[in-house]
Amino acid sequence: MTTVIPIRRHGRAFVHVGVITRRNLLANVRLPDVLILSTVQPVVFMLIFLYVFGGAIQAALPAAAQGEYIYWLMPGILAQFAVFGSAPTAYGLNNDRTTGVLDRFRSLPMARSAVLIGRTLSDLVRNSFILTLQVVAGVLLGFRWRNGIGGMLAAIGIALAFGYACSWLMAYIGLTITNSEAIQAAIYMVVFPITLTSSVFLPTQTMPGWLQVFAEHQPITIVANTLRGLTLGQAALPAGHTIAGETFLALTWTAGIVAAFAPLAVTAYRRTTS
Amino acid sequence: MDDPIITVDAVTKQFRGGTRALDGLTLTIPRGIVYGLLGPNGAGKTTLIHILATLLHPDTGTVRVAGHDVVRDPAAVRERIGLAGQFAAVDDQLTGRENITMIGRLYGLSRREAVARAARILDHIHLADAADRQLKTYSGGMRRRIDLAASLIGRPQVLFLDEPTSGVDPASRQDLWQLVRGLAAEGTTVLLTTQYLDEADQLADRIAVIDHGRLLAEGTTAELKDRIGGAVVEIEVPAVLNDPAQTALAPLAARHDQVRDRIVLPAPHGPLTLRHALRLLDQAGITPTDVALHRPTLDDVFLALTRANDREHAGRPA
Repeated sequence: MTTVIPIRRHGRAFVHVGVITRRNLLANVRLPDVLILSTVQPVVFMLIFLYVFGGAIQAALPAAAQGEYIYWLMPGILAQFAVFGSAPTAYGLNNDRTTGVLDRFRSLPMARSAVLIGRTLSDLVRNSFILTLQVVAGVLLGFRWRNGIGGMLAAIGIALAFGYACSWLMAYIGLTITNSEAIQAAIYMVVFPITLTSSVFLPTQTMPGWLQVFAEHQPITIVANTLRGLTLGQAALPAGHTIAGETFLALTWTAGIVAAFAPLAVTAYRRTTS
Repeated sequence: MDDPIITVDAVTKQFRGGTRALDGLTLTIPRGIVYGLLGPNGAGKTTLIHILATLLHPDTGTVRVAGHDVVRDPAAVRERIGLAGQFAAVDDQLTGRENITMIGRLYGLSRREAVARAARILDHIHLADAADRQLKTYSGGMRRRIDLAASLIGRPQVLFLDEPTSGVDPASRQDLWQLVRGLAAEGTTVLLTTQYLDEADQLADRIAVIDHGRLLAEGTTAELKDRIGGAVVEIEVPAVLNDPAQTALAPLAARHDQVRDRIVLPAPHGPLTLRHALRLLDQAGITPTDVALHRPTLDDVFLALTRANDREHAGRPA
């Protein structure tokens, strides 16, 4: 009675994800001002922290940083950017909702997850680009990886994977909070405190005890530590931590965030109307 | 006769805030016509479209579109419908051609097929010349046409148009109307919501007037107009002649409308009644200063229906 061909469904979902990803990337490429600004912003961040705080912080650094703040800062900034870089997922989906694009997509015979997978994938591609430029900027500022190119690439991989996981959290925020200003407030309320109360900019041992406990165990510290271990070697990690152990924890957080927020985001997507 | 393409049976939908958007609505829409959903803001038109397009579930009641239940088999419904919402859901950074082709791919067309159909549709909507420009250079009316075209590429059996011409200039409006008429002529069922009565009058074969989520009236435009009475003749004469004129026109049941200072009489035979009235005046030696044959418009129908409904609503306990 129907003309639906079930065998095609699986292949179609891949096509749909590809079509949506391409659409989002084209918008990125054709709005170069947005792309340039979102590339410049993290580099400016890096410069500010390096030159404003760098001098004062030297003394507090572990031996592996060899007295150069850039060695501490660079892996930390990559971890921070993984979180910041996922915010456009929320804005992009919110924008698609207000313009009615999500309504149209939801009225089409396509997989419910395709729009969200396409959105998170296109943001992953975009973040890979920005992250690469950040690494180049870091190298120009004096950062050198000490643990082989393999360790450096693994670090970039972990940063992108964690950022991808955060995109699913942002997708959920972008679909459940309807007002774009409220989304911005929510993101800043979470992202700023959580990246500052981590080892991104400073070692955690000078924080008060209660904060140290939080700071040492929260995911951004774990990702920052992982990136330090992978790029600078074992000596860059706090006593008692291993590169393998940190990497495992970072990947566990990454998988856990996806496992928690991907189903929530898909459920929110099903219910969305403009 | 064919099965109806859309059946809406006793559908209710209440939103979390407590607003009852649809209140036991029942509708049957035959295949291949343009069907107009008419109602004031907040009447429930968009909610109904969202339910028909599988974006929302009804709380109670059943809805079937193109032979499939929207709740139990939404995937089958989606294969057979096209939706153009209240705002042009198009991408500014993509070209017209890219926008349409993309939706074609999402309908499951092969790349080659999507490209071919997009080219044909762009021709059809007279946008072939602008097809490779980004949409941010388009006018509002052109964006609407691209939006409509995108919903056509899947060759839907049913097309939902939610206020397709709101915010569009008059010339583009005519273009869009032309497009909709063409679609209906080719056999697509078009369900459109509108606040513009002339739009419903121009386009729709049948009309449902809804308000507060309930059906107030349903029928062809002619049937609806008949429901509030037929045509009338309005005659204006110099004030001193009002009484003699009324006497002369007594056989035609004329009365004097105090508010507008006109003599009004029912015109069951249209122009013939008008001619008869003028002859009676002529015999009495009265020359009118103004004469009009006035047919009820959809505005009259709409206002009569929604006012009556508001009065009834106000009378009910909240």
